[in-house]
Amino acid sequence: GYFSETQVKPSPKETKRQLCLSLSLSISVSSLHSLSLYPMDAHVAQLQMQYRNYILSLYQQGFLDDQFTELKSLQDDGTPDFVAEVLSLFFDDCVKLVGNMARALDQTGTVDFSQVGANVHQLKGSSSSVGAKRVKGLCINFKELCEAKNYEGCVRCLQQVDIEYKTLKAKLQDMFNLEKQIVQAGGIVPQVDIN
Amino acid sequence: MASDGGVSCLRRSEMMSVGIGGIDSPPLDVDEVHVLAVDDSLVDRIVIERLLRITSCKDIEKSKKIKHISGGSVSVTAVDSGWRALEFLGIDNEKASAELDESSSFRQVPVVIMSSENVITRIDRCLEEGAEDFLLKPVKLADVKRLRNYLARDVKHSNGNKRKLPKDSPPLTLSPDSSDSSPPRSTLSPDSSDSSPPPSTLSPDSSDSSSPPLSPVEIFSSPLLSPLDDEVDDVLTSSPESTPSLVRRQKMRSPGLD
Repeated sequence: GYFSETQVKPSPKETKRQLCLSLSLSISVSSLHSLSLYPMDAHVAQLQMQYRNYILSLYQQGFLDDQFTELKSLQDDGTPDFVAEVLSLFFDDCVKLVGNMARALDQTGTVDFSQVGANVHQLKGSSSSVGAKRVKGLCINFKELCEAKNYEGCVRCLQQVDIEYKTLKAKLQDMFNLEKQIVQAGGIVPQVDIN
Repeated sequence: MASDGGVSCLRRSEMMSVGIGGIDSPPLDVDEVHVLAVDDSLVDRIVIERLLRITSCKDIEKSKKIKHISGGSVSVTAVDSGWRALEFLGIDNEKASAELDESSSFRQVPVVIMSSENVITRIDRCLEEGAEDFLLKPVKLADVKRLRNYLARDVKHSNGNKRKLPKDSPPLTLSPDSSDSSPPRSTLSPDSSDSSPPPSTLSPDSSDSSSPPLSPVEIFSSPLLSPLDDEVDDVLTSSPESTPSLVRRQKMRSPGLD
């Protein structure tokens, strides 16, 4: 099987059973306030917990910061796709700017570091605006490398930026998929309090 | 260019008077405020637009209850450069300097700067030059809520350079207030990436309409601000390293609608 004998992790069935038990024992647990009482919502509850943990881990691992929280707070029932839309634009920006920087660094002859720097500045700005903490942090380093006209450093940093935004994109895609699953299972996407 | 932005708010009556293209003459709602946001970052434009729209909602859900400006609503236009801002305002790019020089209702437009650069000296300079406020990016809802104060009917100008027209005085005068020593002046220079200036021109109309009850708010972004000229009469430039500074408050003309 996938899990070895010594694995502590319970099977999904086991988890569900435990969930149902804890449901019946403590319905008013504040962290589960968004659940209803119907049995099939044990599945929803599990998804919601998964979602909550996932979001928390993204913050804990430094992928997101409080500006992302701010963005989420701007979304409401009337604009359910706001965060997704902004992030989509951000990732489009990443593609464009990384491309610009790669081209600027790929010059045979003199590299225009101010050109690279200008793109870094833009990326730093938009990553800051969406709460993409790691990308923003890399941009800060990148900016210094541009100012120092450190070619090797810039090339390395650009590679890191490329990896980082793509990683974030995949993580957020997983997050959105979880949201979709919750909604499809008849549940509400919980608001995660990261404090 | 850089990731800085700005927003400007114009009263609908003022929008009418500069002949914003395509706007017919619906009944004027003098409490309706229009915000002109300028930022070269699309992400930031979307975000600031959303922030502004939220603050204009009468029914704020959850706990985001804010004091709503009596009767008014806020509509937002976001553009990507100072060049387009001029275009939107119906100001000819090449004549902008002269036109803005003579417009006193533009002087009434509060300007707020948004920037990711947290440099105290530059922030101070912006405020000295007449900016109403300075928002540090990333902008949050609390920051934008603060701007609502500038849209309030009886806003008191804290900056001595700003002039506040009494409600019953004619809105457009050519002579500056005597109380002002050096009125806030700055120029708007277009993005270097833009090509030819827009063809639109303003034809002055001597019969001005209703007096704006309130200064509109203009928030402007200054990507990579260069040291501002001491020279008061800055000329509109499109130099390669153009770094737009603050918008000059100008008299707004009332051209015929296109």
